[in-house]
Amino acid sequence: MTLGTTEVWLLILGLAVTTALVKAAGPVLVGGRELPRPFMRVLSFAAAPLLTALVVTSVLADGRRLAVGADTVGVLLGTVLLLLRVPLMVAAAAAVVVTATLRALT
Amino acid sequence: MTEQDRESFRQGFRQGLPFGVVGFVISLSFGVLATDAGFTPWQAIAVAGLVFAGSAQFASLSVVAGGGGIPAALAAATLMNSRFLAMGIALAPSLPGGPVTRAAQGQAVVDSSWALASRGDGTFDRWRLFGTTLPQYLTWLAGTVVGAYAGDLIGDPERWGLDALFPVFFVAILVAELKRPGARVVALTGAVIALALVPWTPPGIPILAASVAALLGLVAPGADPVADAGEAP
Repeated sequence: MTLGTTEVWLLILGLAVTTALVKAAGPVLVGGRELPRPFMRVLSFAAAPLLTALVVTSVLADGRRLAVGADTVGVLLGTVLLLLRVPLMVAAAAAVVVTATLRALT
Repeated sequence: MTEQDRESFRQGFRQGLPFGVVGFVISLSFGVLATDAGFTPWQAIAVAGLVFAGSAQFASLSVVAGGGGIPAALAAATLMNSRFLAMGIALAPSLPGGPVTRAAQGQAVVDSSWALASRGDGTFDRWRLFGTTLPQYLTWLAGTVVGAYAGDLIGDPERWGLDALFPVFFVAILVAELKRPGARVVALTGAVIALALVPWTPPGIPILAASVAALLGLVAPGADPVADAGEAP
């Protein structure tokens, strides 16, 4: 890291302000009014693609490169367990153990 | 706050607990990595408490740890955060009060609370949202405190496979989401869009672009979610 202590504080301030602004933008601009029905229908489907994209990019992308690693296998196992209705904490623990074991072996 | 609101808050709090436990360990990894990169423990803790957005925190940290500057780190964080814009727009009609009150309530949005507070008809239960976020905020802060001060004992979080936690956390939210008719097609389309864009755009953009798949909601099978809400108990 090339940043000094003061610069890191500036970064933290910047992160706090930009995150707060992004989170405030929707509620402030759209406001407490009813939106047209088709719009609501699209919004009700917004979570699935956003979350899926977050998962596949964190598991299969390394910067701008597509890559498979030990974590890919671990997360895959965690996903299967969650689909089998295993509690989150158990599925998460299994994913961590498999990922760590594969890394230790390779 | 009505009795129904209190009950929503309590239910949200309980639903948030498992996410809080996993979040604790993810945030612990952040504390370790941030202090490794040269943050003081207080700086790492300040990030967790003031930013409270995992993907943005990790994205900006990886930029500065790799020698990048403040503008690049802020850009990376904002791209990761851009999904909160979509979530905030969706949440907005369910928030009462003036602009300042709504802006303040919008700060409570994290991925899991937003998804769990969704009633599936485009509206949100805001007290459930607050309830789900609260335990996660507390454990997020606590995790970074431990990670920042115990980093030397823990070593490299990747060695312990802790990087697998972040995606599993989101899969847990997704599993509930995918039970809705039509949601799987939309999710799969989002995944294809995101992966196709990875080689061509900076990290964060593929995730934001994937939200375009929600337009399929217009033609997705299943009853009108708004009409469904009218029949809900």
